[in-house]
Amino acid sequence: VRTPICPCGATANIGARIINRHWPTLVLALLAAVAVSPLAWVVWQSLGHYGALLDDHAYGRWWVNSVFVASTQTVIAVLLASLGGFAVAKYRFRGRRVILAIVLSVLLLPYQVLLPGGYDLVRRLGLLDTFWAVLAPGSASVFGLVLFARAMRSVPDDLLAAGRIDGCSEVRLWWSIAMPLVRPMTAAFALLTFAGSWNAFLWPQVVLQDDGRYTLPIGLASLSLLPGSDLGVLMAGTVLGVLPVAALFFALQNDFVAGLTAGATKG
Amino acid sequence: VCICVHLRFHPLPPPLLSFATEQQRRVSLAAVKRAAPYLFLAPFLAVFATFHLYPLGRSLALSLCATPSPRRTAFVGLANYAYLVRDITFWLAVGNTAAYVVAFLAVQLPLSLGLAMALNDRRVAGRNALRFAFFSTSLAGSVFAAIIFARLVDPRHGPVRVAWLASPLLARAAVLIAWLWLSVGFGMVYLLAALQAVDPALRDAAAVDGAGAASRFRHVTLPAIRPVLSFLLLAGCVSGFQSFELQYVLIGGPGPQLAGLTVVGYLYTVGFGQGNLGYASAVGWALVAITMVAAAPQWRLGRDATA
Repeated sequence: VRTPICPCGATANIGARIINRHWPTLVLALLAAVAVSPLAWVVWQSLGHYGALLDDHAYGRWWVNSVFVASTQTVIAVLLASLGGFAVAKYRFRGRRVILAIVLSVLLLPYQVLLPGGYDLVRRLGLLDTFWAVLAPGSASVFGLVLFARAMRSVPDDLLAAGRIDGCSEVRLWWSIAMPLVRPMTAAFALLTFAGSWNAFLWPQVVLQDDGRYTLPIGLASLSLLPGSDLGVLMAGTVLGVLPVAALFFALQNDFVAGLTAGATKG
Repeated sequence: VCICVHLRFHPLPPPLLSFATEQQRRVSLAAVKRAAPYLFLAPFLAVFATFHLYPLGRSLALSLCATPSPRRTAFVGLANYAYLVRDITFWLAVGNTAAYVVAFLAVQLPLSLGLAMALNDRRVAGRNALRFAFFSTSLAGSVFAAIIFARLVDPRHGPVRVAWLASPLLARAAVLIAWLWLSVGFGMVYLLAALQAVDPALRDAAAVDGAGAASRFRHVTLPAIRPVLSFLLLAGCVSGFQSFELQYVLIGGPGPQLAGLTVVGYLYTVGFGQGNLGYASAVGWALVAITMVAAAPQWRLGRDATA
């Protein structure tokens, strides 16, 4: 489709011509600037307050806590979901349908209904105020199990049979044959899990009480809800809170898009 | 070739590969293959049963109990639910949440679709940069977005000095704007993917046949994006009825006339502010019911569209 050129092109001045021809682009650029402006404002306000943030508050510790919780949860979630997904996709066994039905029915429930029972469980196990309590529920991701089961269905059975003939153990079939073939999906799922864990608020808020154990969102939210907390320090904390997920997204961007579209086309 | 491969991968000396041992080996291989899926699923199921199924059952049991403190429980049957039905604050939270969801979807879907269609148009320059700019705001977590918008609308130090959080309507608007800021770009990405799958030849053919812009949209574009639209509708509904931290952190509590109180906010306050786990569980199961009711029409919509 060619851009229609202003009929009065020869006589009108250049500025009018550009506006006439590119007004949709200009409007969109303006809208984009408005959308991004809060981020720019946050970065601007944060400048010069990073030192104070790290000196005065438990912020550094919260950040490290969050890195530990989010990365541990991501690794466990990928391992458990891919192993389970491999079993569901590539084996026929008794109870497969029943297990899937139970697991999938929980996917439809809002997870908040688990909060009172989960809190009660964690208290009985003596895990209140531990990172394990924070990361355990998210480590068994039903969504991940479904994703891996779907993706691994496309792993050729012949390849697995060849592996067995060559003496691969079943575990190696999973790790050395199936996992490399679903790499883009793994990256996408890992990114989503990490982001979800990094940004999680409600469950950590419920099971963590000692502010030395806080993860970043609940630590920063507690600072934000405190009257009279310094704007620059808070904004510096926000920048450092948003940055890791954004950086991971950039690093895994291509895999992420490939993984999502692969999941979309294979129904 | 097969045997060669065998020898290469197996430290077994050739004589051991006699017929009998091969058969035994096959039998044990079959046993391993039978056991493998259970072993593979075991870690997932162990964590799942402990941290999903048990709490689920426990929430159900607790919802039938009076819990004056987290450690003391007494079976009271459906008393919690009977109280819930007459609990004005709960219904206020339900109404609030529903209003948030409706207002959100009414703005998000048209805005995301408009952006997606504009950024799918070849006449727009720098489309990739613009797409990225609109998407970039969804990379912030909702707590961080809430903190940002709480400062943006701060009546004393923010750039927009209006007493947002003093008025129920403006407080809701602030939450809604933050929520849209997080979600419009996300919806746009999904709709763009659907729009790019539309065959341009189809649209051109419709244009040649004299279809106007409106009828091209209705008969060519809309059918292609309907599954994504119903997905976004469902996702907005489900996540909207579960919304909590935006309101809680942005408004800093229930807010003026409880404008920031959502169903999950009420569950949190009752269960973990007041320590009444039994009643909080009942609120949780009410949330399950609400989600099912809200999601049911869209499940059907999505299925009809894909069928």
